[in-house]
Amino acid sequence: MAKKLISVTVNGRVHEKAVEPRTLLIHFLREELNLTGAHIGCETSHCGVCTVDVDGQSVKSCTLLAVQCDGGQVDTVEGLAQGGVLHAVQEGFYKEHGLQCGFCTPGMLMRAARFLQENPNPSEDEIRMGMSGNLCRCTGYQNIIKSIQYAAKKLQESATAAA
Amino acid sequence: MIPPRFEYHAPRSVGEAIALLGQLGSEAKLLAGGHSLLPMMKLRFAEPAHLIDINRIPELRGIRLEGQTLVIGAMTTENELINSALLQAHVPLLPEAAQMIADPQVRNRGTIGGDIAHGDPGNDHPALSIALNASFVLEGPKGRRTVAADDFFLGTYMTLLEENEVLCEIHVPAFAAGTGSAYEKLKRKTGDWATAGCAVVMRRQGGVVSEVRIALTNVAPTALRAEAAEQAILGKELSVANLQAAADAATAICDPAEDLRGDIEYKTAMAGQMVKRALVKAFGRCA
Repeated sequence: MAKKLISVTVNGRVHEKAVEPRTLLIHFLREELNLTGAHIGCETSHCGVCTVDVDGQSVKSCTLLAVQCDGGQVDTVEGLAQGGVLHAVQEGFYKEHGLQCGFCTPGMLMRAARFLQENPNPSEDEIRMGMSGNLCRCTGYQNIIKSIQYAAKKLQESATAAA
Repeated sequence: MIPPRFEYHAPRSVGEAIALLGQLGSEAKLLAGGHSLLPMMKLRFAEPAHLIDINRIPELRGIRLEGQTLVIGAMTTENELINSALLQAHVPLLPEAAQMIADPQVRNRGTIGGDIAHGDPGNDHPALSIALNASFVLEGPKGRRTVAADDFFLGTYMTLLEENEVLCEIHVPAFAAGTGSAYEKLKRKTGDWATAGCAVVMRRQGGVVSEVRIALTNVAPTALRAEAAEQAILGKELSVANLQAAADAATAICDPAEDLRGDIEYKTAMAGQMVKRALVKAFGRCA
């Protein structure tokens, strides 16, 4: 099978690579670009550890072909912190102990960051629904909810300060 | 898990997609949201030699109102259904039910057309389409044809869609004023298929049901229209006895497969419960 040449902007940087059509986005990120932040868990689009943004939307990168992202923009957990400063959701997970083993965390962070753009002032129920595509087997979710509430508050405060 | 090897095609128009289907025949599969097909390919339940990705065909996306009909492009995602002001105003059952499908990430990719055309009895849009009296526009080399949702589903993974056709549009009648609707879906967890589900679209006059369509999810090889259940409640009040009669008529046609979600008796009983809940909720929403 002929490889396809694709051009994908990942965390703001353009990458041109020849890929097999069957290469999944998660394998493209981890093996071609060495971006191993997004993890591989269930591989059946249930667990959410492979969550990244494609064209500004949360997706499970284990269930998307890299060729489908040709010409598109992908954002991964490696791009969350800017200039050595943690993103509000990263700070939230750190302050509120939103992780134990950390395996689900890259997917949680990416989904939480996108969710808070979709809904900057969520209720606890809305957070639970918004994060329902991400599984954690350690925390019982309580601290993950608190972490996202922390980040929502912080983002709102910085928005107010900027206004 | 990596899918088996295949050739990838990304047509830019429906015509191109149909031409590819014609050339490649049964070796080809259409790729919509991919959240059923790609997992099946990883597990080697499906090994198409060619994938025709229809995600880059703009004419297959979007929602518009034509007269009293909502025209929904087959590649419209679940998330787009949820956020559609047109649907919220004219067919509120669809955005409400779409929130019960899968999870936020999957809803960004999964499409209404893929959910329908896949022919999986566990999918939700088949029963919703039947309850909504929807019809499907299929396009092939000989042009377009329109088929009723009632007639489309033939068996598990079997539909009226021919190998050389593309499902292009879903046509849904806008609700008449006062219409009530509900989708009740029993599931074990987010992302699971229904143990049993029931969609109801209804109108009432005074205390009496004057129009009703009832359809069931995942309790038979296809989604089912529960016509005997409709007859059991039509022209009647929603009394305990009438609700039970409708539920009994619905469970009489159930033929579920036993699996981890339950045995046949349990799933059938839950279908009856979903029918009762959906009828009561839809009735309460009628004006």
